[in-house]
Amino acid sequence: MGNYFSNIFAGIGTALVGMKITLNHLFGHKVTMQYPDKYNPIRDGGLPDFTRNRLFVDMDLCIGCMICQRNCPVNCIEIETIKVSKDDPEYLKPNGEKRALWVSKFNIDFAKCMFCNLCTEECPTNAIYMTKEFEYSAYDRKNLYYKFSVMTPAQIESKKRIIEEEKAKKAAAAKAAEAKSTETKNE
Amino acid sequence: MESNFILELFGNNIWSYLIIAVIPLGFVTLYALVAILGELKIASWVQDRLGPMRTGWKGVLQPLAEVIKLLQKEDITPTNVNRPLFNTAPFVVFIGSFAAFAVIPFSSKFIPADLNIGLFYIFAVSSFGVIGILMGGWSSNNKYSMLGAIRSASQMISYEIPMALSIIAIATLSASLNMNKIIEMQAGGFWNWNILGGNGPILKIVFIPFLFVLFVVYFIGSLAETNRTPFDIPEGESEIVGGYHTEYSGMKFAMFFFAEYANMFIVSSLVTVMFFGGWQSPFGSFLNDPISQVFWFIIKAMSFVFVQIWLRWTLPRVRVDQLMYITWKVMLPFAFVAFLGVAFWSMIKP
Repeated sequence: MGNYFSNIFAGIGTALVGMKITLNHLFGHKVTMQYPDKYNPIRDGGLPDFTRNRLFVDMDLCIGCMICQRNCPVNCIEIETIKVSKDDPEYLKPNGEKRALWVSKFNIDFAKCMFCNLCTEECPTNAIYMTKEFEYSAYDRKNLYYKFSVMTPAQIESKKRIIEEEKAKKAAAAKAAEAKSTETKNE
Repeated sequence: MESNFILELFGNNIWSYLIIAVIPLGFVTLYALVAILGELKIASWVQDRLGPMRTGWKGVLQPLAEVIKLLQKEDITPTNVNRPLFNTAPFVVFIGSFAAFAVIPFSSKFIPADLNIGLFYIFAVSSFGVIGILMGGWSSNNKYSMLGAIRSASQMISYEIPMALSIIAIATLSASLNMNKIIEMQAGGFWNWNILGGNGPILKIVFIPFLFVLFVVYFIGSLAETNRTPFDIPEGESEIVGGYHTEYSGMKFAMFFFAEYANMFIVSSLVTVMFFGGWQSPFGSFLNDPISQVFWFIIKAMSFVFVQIWLRWTLPRVRVDQLMYITWKVMLPFAFVAFLGVAFWSMIKP
């Protein structure tokens, strides 16, 4: 019988303790951060250092080595390059280095990208890296297809022509050399 | 005394009775929106969240959005249900809870039907809901619905007994079952409310504990009667999916939902009428005109609705055996003893 009453008091008492706790929380501090309206992790610095978000490619640094394209497990990177001819007026970079390749196309399809970070890890010049930008959803899949190459179509055309001309010249030279050698054979 | 201002205004004809019937319906609709918002906001505040914030100012239009969503959802009727029962069950439940509004005294000048047996009537029609719930659960042809309905019926029938005892005690104390008479007995300030012993000489303080026990018993019973936590085993999501309304969707589910909220208000207003002076102002004749009385009544009833919501987010669900233990072994003996005490007081009361 003593147990009976103590159980009832314990039941009512614990319910009241619980009600006191919930009442404190009812008027207490709220932890919700109102993300788009009052809080933005990019602006307010809420993102950690190594978050994986949208990629960015610095075309000044990119040497067109295609390591990122080959590393990509989902084939979301597409790169096309043009060789640099010695006749090219921009054969040397502004800082005097030799230019290896023109990157005429550097496209990343973020609809495919899975943010594995394998492209950024292997990049020899750190040209491709993760930004803090993550709010880039789009209504059309085409809008997730980002083009990073800074070359204009006219530029690409002219660079292609230069390399064609050089090839043609080389071929002509080779032909001439061949003709010469056959001539000497014939003699 | 004429207790209905509409009959005074428009005379005793069918149109005034229609208006009288429509006023509580409008009130229930408005109240349900407020209660849904309260439920959402209190739930999230207790959990340290903010709750809906984007529909209107601080999310006040959220209940409207939820109701519109519910109304435009597809009304699915599963193939193997018992169609007539399945389709009428939600409306039976709602009629049961709406019929109880007939004797809710909003003010001394407005009570839809001033019955001599108001308290008895309210108790009778609120049992109507059990039939609706059983109909819904059985006709759904689903084991979870059936289990939920059986649990609901057993729970409601068990908890009605201690509740009935506290109602009888109040009827004994007031010597009436008429809602307005019970309230008029508690006139003259909050110290005359039944929870503080009712209207009587100073000796009444000896009997305050009995009335307090009756209040607690009635309030706990009302939680079980409305199927709310901690007594929500008829719809315990983790055990039996959704209980008796598992198979319902759209408008019919909305009716169940609506009936639950209407029931919450009915039991709260009954607590108000029986223990907290109904539409009486807490300060005697201060602000005790018919219009302020509406305000007092709704404030009191809504504060009990708040306590119900508050309890819902505090207590976990009880087990079935605990449920039966609470009603038969705890509430019933306590209600008996308290009833005897109150009966003794009403005998010796001058």
